[in-house]
Parts: sequence; C-alpha cells; structure tokens
Amino acid sequence: MAFEEVSLPTDTKCVADLVGWLHMRGDPWATQLSQSKRWRVAINQQMAGMNSPVKAGDEVAFFPPVTGG
Amino acid sequence: MFKVQVQTADFDVGAEIARLHSGNTAIGAIASFIGLVRENNDGSNISTLTLEHYPGMTEKAIMDIIEEACRRWAICGCTVIHRVGTLNPAERIVLVLVASSHRGPAFDACEFIMDYLKTRAPFWKKEAMPGGDRWVEARESDTEAAARWQAGHG
Repeated sequence: MAFEEVSLPTDTKCVADLVGWLHMRGDPWATQLSQSKRWRVAINQQMAGMNSPVKAGDEVAFFPPVTGG
Repeated sequence: MFKVQVQTADFDVGAEIARLHSGNTAIGAIASFIGLVRENNDGSNISTLTLEHYPGMTEKAIMDIIEEACRRWAICGCTVIHRVGTLNPAERIVLVLVASSHRGPAFDACEFIMDYLKTRAPFWKKEAMPGGDRWVEARESDTEAAARWQAGHG
C-alpha cells in the first residue's frame, strides 16, 4: 500500500471530484481509476461510493475488489 | 461475545468453539465455516497463497458485518478469525463461528457473514505458481452471493 498526503482544490466535495482531480494528474491514477477498471473506495476506513463526501483530514483509500475469505 | 481477529498464526477450532459458548447456557447451536487454501484454482496449481489486508479498516469492516448480522438474527455470540501472510495449500484461512439458541439463525448468519466478508472486508489474495505470481480476481459469483441477502432473503 502507498500513502500520499495531498492538498485538494477547495471545490472538492465528493469522491467523484477527487477522482476527477486525480485523473488530471495523469498516470497511474488515470489508468488505475478509469471506468474500465473495477475499483473500490473507502473513506476513513469505511466503504464508500462516488457520491460520498470528502473533507479535509479524511483518509481515502482506493483498492481493487476484495478477494478474502 | 463477539471476537474479530486478523493474524498470521493458525487458529485452534476446538478451542475457539469452547471459548464461544463457555458460560452461556442459552446457546443451543453453533454453526462454523472454515475456509482453506485450495491447491488448484482456475486450472492452475498454486504453491502458496499470500493474503494482504488494509490494517485498521479490516477489523472494523468485519465488526460492521457482524453488527448487520445481529440486526437480522438473534445471535448469542460470534467469532471471526482471518489469517494474513503466506499460506500453503490445505492451510486454514478463515474461521467464522456463530452461536445462537437455535440452528436456523446460526446457519443463516454464518453464511451471511461469509458472503459479506468476501465482498466487503479488505483482504486480497496473491497466488504463487511455478510460472509466477498473480493477484486473484474478484468473482462475480461472490458479488451475487452477497446481493441475494439484500433482496429480502433472511
């Protein structure tokens, strides 16, 4: 797992905004978080969705569909 | 009694069952599920299976699943132990125990917890094979198994 702390544009309100911003940074974000790839997102260690709100200080994690059990 | 543990070490199924119902004579049934490392997956023989997880989120995600099970069934206690690290074929990966007064809720909740764990708990499997390593892909059948609990089942 890789970690990074980022300062987001002030109009970042939800996961979709964050993903849009990450796409603008280019790869690996643009490729890994594209619509053709299946991925999941968690905010503060809770499963979340594209419309989930994102605020300052949140821990946002992107990962592939889980395969435990 | 509710116990969630993520660990590299193996677990003692008998000891966990004994611990779960110790001192609670209201329990009339314990359902168990044990997941093992298969030697063959999708036509390839695997030499080892390595499990990674998202520390911090994992235990919470499993506890959320147990809480959801408790809203649906009358459960007296539950134990979930999930191993991480590198495992060999035939080794145990996961243990789910559900205690209830009767077998119906115990069976249902045990299956529900496994179905949800498969799609919501942040674990990932990597298979080591003679030809190299590969990350295990999520299965559509697991998503469908979890989805049927939302369609009014249970």
